Amino acid sequence: MSRRYLVRRLLLLIPVLLGVMLLVFSMVFLSPGDPITRLAGNKPLPASTVASIKASYHLDQPFVVQFLYYLKGVTHGDFGQTFTGRSVSDIVRERFPVTLRLAAGAFAVEIVLGLTLAIVAAMKRRTWIDSTILVTTLILWTIPTLVLAFVLQYIFGIKLHWFPVAGVTDGWMSYVLPCLTIGVLSAASLGRLGRSAILDNMTGEHIRAANARGLPRRRVIGRHVLKNSLVPIVTIFGLDLAYLMAGAVLTETIFNLPGLGNALVVGIRTQNGPLVVGLVMLSSIFIVFSILVVDLMCARIDPRISYE
Amino acid sequence: MSRPTSTVEGAAGLVDEVEQPTATLWSDVWRKLKKDNQFRVAVVMIAIFMGMAIAPQLFFTKGLDPAQCHLEDTLQSPSRAHWFGTDLLGCDYYTRVVYGTRTSMEVGLIVASATMVIALTLGGAAGYFGGATDMTISRIADIFFCVPTLLGSILLLSLFNTGGVAIVALVLVFFGWPDMTRLVRSTVISGKRRGYVRSAETLGASGNRVLRRHVLPNGIAPVLVFTAYIVGGAVAGEASLTFLGVGLRLPAISWGLQIQIAQTRFSAAPYLLFFPSLFLCLFIGAFVLLGESIRDALDVKLADG
Repeated sequence: MSRRYLVRRLLLLIPVLLGVMLLVFSMVFLSPGDPITRLAGNKPLPASTVASIKASYHLDQPFVVQFLYYLKGVTHGDFGQTFTGRSVSDIVRERFPVTLRLAAGAFAVEIVLGLTLAIVAAMKRRTWIDSTILVTTLILWTIPTLVLAFVLQYIFGIKLHWFPVAGVTDGWMSYVLPCLTIGVLSAASLGRLGRSAILDNMTGEHIRAANARGLPRRRVIGRHVLKNSLVPIVTIFGLDLAYLMAGAVLTETIFNLPGLGNALVVGIRTQNGPLVVGLVMLSSIFIVFSILVVDLMCARIDPRISYE
Repeated sequence: MSRPTSTVEGAAGLVDEVEQPTATLWSDVWRKLKKDNQFRVAVVMIAIFMGMAIAPQLFFTKGLDPAQCHLEDTLQSPSRAHWFGTDLLGCDYYTRVVYGTRTSMEVGLIVASATMVIALTLGGAAGYFGGATDMTISRIADIFFCVPTLLGSILLLSLFNTGGVAIVALVLVFFGWPDMTRLVRSTVISGKRRGYVRSAETLGASGNRVLRRHVLPNGIAPVLVFTAYIVGGAVAGEASLTFLGVGLRLPAISWGLQIQIAQTRFSAAPYLLFFPSLFLCLFIGAFVLLGESIRDALDVKLADG
């Protein structure tokens, strides 16, 4: 990876990051309703009080100034306060471990299952094993997270009692079904796309050369085919990582895990605007950085990749 | 092939001739599709869902009406009288689920067509004109790409606190357009270098005309495949948003709403959750199958732009 690429990629990060924050922030700014009257509820507030509250939250300032204040807060790790006076960062810190465990489990499932499916299907191309994998992953592909979560909850939680139905009181057992929900669905797409990435590479001349040199099949697959299929696989994987939060919102709600996704839904139900904004902002910033990491990894894996 | 002349007639004649292969490509595709079982299944399923969306009353015998509920029939299991059982208010669940098709179809079609228009316009312009146009459009797309559709939609819908099919669909478009725009952009960039595009340019066709008449029609294949997937994604998105409480609200009839309500009596009446979920999967499946069969027929690769 050339230094030039690295520098350009990092410079490109700044406008995207600012743009993402501006996008999320402006949605809030443009939303109807006055936050102060909402805060006050039914009681009428004297104009002077309204003005002083507005001034303390910089709400009397123009849009750009408000955005800069918000930006200043974000760079200090301050994502604002909820209406009940708790800081959004505190809630994030408290909820984060649950989502992290969910993410780790889901990714373990995705990598192990997804790569196995991709490799087996590609190796056994045009056999019944391959077609079974293709059909199964296609069916899984059509199942929304929402539905799979309930299916697993019903079969393994309510009917078979293998795993807890909801909550986190049973240690790691509580995480099995939510992790499977996200992991199996991502594994299905990783399996399909990984399979075609591997097959694209199997016809390459370097593979023929490796086979001609008499290298063992295992080594050809591992060193020559897989290594060259890594770029699309890492890309898919990175995008899945980025969209994990969306999956977490649904699974954490259905399995009642007290993570970030659950906090978001509670935020909506209690009309806790700052919390919802903070969480969406945080996930979007996280995605900006994970896309950067994926791009840098791809450039590292494949030295041919360079900036334009 | 006629030799290029400097007259306008000559140019127009050549342009027409060059366009001929488009028709052969599509008749080829059509011939392949007609033999494809995947495609047949997809078309039959979509036709049924279309029927349910346009005229749901055709799908059940008279006497059943989603608005006619008998409280004394509350939470009955599926039977001959009520194929899918009855819900909490004693409404026939089968008719309710069938009526839900219209909502999903509306969301899917609005999102798919609006996304396609935006993607063809912006992606086409970015890919064809390049330079500053490309830079501006691509960076804006990058920004929207980083806000996950579901999360952005949750935020926007909860802030504005309104729900309706059109609003939910437009919010999904607002956050979902970058994927297809990137796809169109990369398709156009690769199509721009083809011979027939060069020749049309040489003949003096304007940028807009070349883009609309030559580049886009020949690069439309991956876009069509992607559109089929977008319908599925939009329908899942609407159901998820509605389930989370920021999408459609009662008295709207939506599978997401049915799933949300069924969740509370999950173990007592699992069929309330099962049927809307099944329809949701079949609906998405129909469009995914359609996309897959078109993709196979066109042999396009949906590589990331």
